[in-house]
Amino acid sequence: MNTLTVSSSPHIHSNESVSRIMLDVVLALIPAGVAAAIVFGWRVLLVIGTAVLFAVATEALIQKLTKQPVTINDWSAVVTGILLAYNLPPTAPLWLAAIGSIIAIGLVKQAFGGLGQNFMNPALAARAILLAAWPVQMTDWIIPETTRLAGDVTTSATASATIADALSSATPLAVLKSGAGIDALPSFWDIFIGNIGGCIGEVSSLALLIGAIYLLYRRVINWRIPFTYIGTVALITWIFGGEGLFTGNGIYHIFIGGLILGAFYMATDYSSSPVTPKGQIIMGIGCGILTSVIRLAGGYPEGVSYSILIMNIATPLIEKYTMPRIFGEVKSSV
Amino acid sequence: MIFHRLSFKGGIYPPGRKEFTQHKAIEKAQVPQIVTIPLQQHIGAPCEPIVKRGDYVKMGQKIGEPKGYVSAPVHSSVSGRVKSIELVPSATGSKVMAVVIENDGLDALDDTIAPANFEELSPEDLKRIVLDAGIVGMGGAAFPTHVKLSPPEDKKVDFVILNGAECEPYITADHRLMLEEPELITRGLKIIMKILGVDKACIGIEDNKPDAIDSMKRATAGEDGISIQALKTKYPQGAEKQLISAITGRQVPSGGLPADVGVIVSNVATAAAICKAVETGMPLIERVVTVSGKGIKEPKNLLVRIGTSFEDVINQCGGMVRQPARLISGGPMTGIAQYTTAVPVTKGTSGILVLTEEEVKSPKPSPCIRCGKCVQACPINLMPLLISGHALRADYDATEELYVLDCIECGSCSFVCPSKRPLYQSIQMAKKEVISKRKRSTSK
Repeated sequence: MNTLTVSSSPHIHSNESVSRIMLDVVLALIPAGVAAAIVFGWRVLLVIGTAVLFAVATEALIQKLTKQPVTINDWSAVVTGILLAYNLPPTAPLWLAAIGSIIAIGLVKQAFGGLGQNFMNPALAARAILLAAWPVQMTDWIIPETTRLAGDVTTSATASATIADALSSATPLAVLKSGAGIDALPSFWDIFIGNIGGCIGEVSSLALLIGAIYLLYRRVINWRIPFTYIGTVALITWIFGGEGLFTGNGIYHIFIGGLILGAFYMATDYSSSPVTPKGQIIMGIGCGILTSVIRLAGGYPEGVSYSILIMNIATPLIEKYTMPRIFGEVKSSV
Repeated sequence: MIFHRLSFKGGIYPPGRKEFTQHKAIEKAQVPQIVTIPLQQHIGAPCEPIVKRGDYVKMGQKIGEPKGYVSAPVHSSVSGRVKSIELVPSATGSKVMAVVIENDGLDALDDTIAPANFEELSPEDLKRIVLDAGIVGMGGAAFPTHVKLSPPEDKKVDFVILNGAECEPYITADHRLMLEEPELITRGLKIIMKILGVDKACIGIEDNKPDAIDSMKRATAGEDGISIQALKTKYPQGAEKQLISAITGRQVPSGGLPADVGVIVSNVATAAAICKAVETGMPLIERVVTVSGKGIKEPKNLLVRIGTSFEDVINQCGGMVRQPARLISGGPMTGIAQYTTAVPVTKGTSGILVLTEEEVKSPKPSPCIRCGKCVQACPINLMPLLISGHALRADYDATEELYVLDCIECGSCSFVCPSKRPLYQSIQMAKKEVISKRKRSTSK
């Protein structure tokens, strides 16, 4: 007689798994890494590799020490490592990447309970700490090798370098911040493909969008947070970003800086964003408003990281007030 | 013409796996030597046996008298001698009293069985037949049909839906019935409409069964007020509230019944059973069962006498191929796993599945990553991850605030969960706790 196992229904399950989801994110991030290597040179791969190595090692070590099952094969630490590296400048020393990963995994993720429990995006929180601790190394921008050879953007970049003194070269956002105007920026095409200065992972909008389409197709993320986020930034910077109302260049604001990376890969972090559909829209719009305000009126040229971190903190509250109306819900008066 | 597909919000897309049996015509199963007929095959009060050991019973003879209004009589599915009345394992997991009958192979009909013409009978007479024939919902829930056909006076029912969605993977019993007995289903629907005094009805069928849609369209052509509606193939399309929402756009209120929005839903197989009961006088003593899964040598759709053991049914399908992982009564989404093949087929057994490890994949749960897939999948818009979290910490009051009682137990949340968490399992547990707490507080 055969032995039959009894278990609760449902008896069949989808093929989805945590590791498959995380692996999808890793795959989606690869084009941006390739673009960074082309734009900034192969050294950035070393930065990415260091960040991933330390992220995975930190996770394994902490889980070993706390006698939990080691779950580094779920790819989530790899994702954090890559995202952290993508938020560093291409000149970042390797020790900076290592410390960042240790903070991201050790402090932000594992100290709060590990996968699914972190209330902030680990890579972004680590970046914020690095930026506060090592501001010089964290804002040491270089001009892409290709552009330097072409020699077309150097003049405008040096013009603004006087304002942002820590920069050896200015990112397009810093240029905008300096009030130099759109004319001082690289061409839209250069910005779109990533032939500009900036963080490792954020330069090529094209590469990031290829990955984003893959994530949407695989249903790892949905449209709500990224589309509302980007839409809000475009709208506000169009309305208030210029000399007068409705003269700003919202389109430029989408493709320069970390907006695409943040909107598709960071603000959508499962643990630190709402699970409710309405909450996700509020998250997107909230991030969009904060990013626009920081970019247009704040002290930093870029506001994506802080916007997402602030909205991360608001997530439990947003979730609480955006519980979906249940099917057939009866008004409480009845 | 654009194929108009209606559906509901949420839901999942499990693999259909209907190809094992969808092209296999319904076969009459062998009638076993021994039938074990549980006295409770329905939701509600169990029956009292009205035969005793040693009695000779005829086929179709009533052997269990319902105790209470929400109940349904049971009948002998063979002729023969009562061997015993004892506690037996049932497909619900608990033991039930059952009448065990030794079949004499004669199928001698009970004297009370007489054909009738439904056009000549009054709605009250028809309802009486439905009750006497022991008809219950055959989609799986086995709710007594005569109760369903007696909506409260103050509810104005104006629409009948026949459920031909059959959204559970593997199961093709209703599909075959719609192909092979569409007229029976149609006449059954007309009887239901006559009982309720309703002149509009719709048969909802998932669009993975275009042949069944055609078949039912042909059978209902020329019938006033009966339409056929193709539905999107999505689970749980056949869940009562979701079906009503898809076809009529009406939302059954939380805690309410379909009659609250003027609708009565019945299964196509139930309609066929009603028609048979009225026209031939034969009570519900057999049903179509889909026997499927990769663990079954020859998957089939069988017309099985109630009380036949799973073992007898499986043996007629060539037995099990290899070490099975699960034996399931019903579909893979809501069916109940069995520990023995000694359980009998009842009125609600739509399928007997033998699944292999490859099909069930029972992975270990890992922590929730808050991906929100369960929230998107829940057809009731619940927050399965939160309810489950509270349930696992035994904080049942918190689950009640998150509307745990509205869960329709479709299992979609557990199906989609990438962390393979026991969402449905823990939510179902919380639901039971909340219900028993409410009972305790009202009885005080």
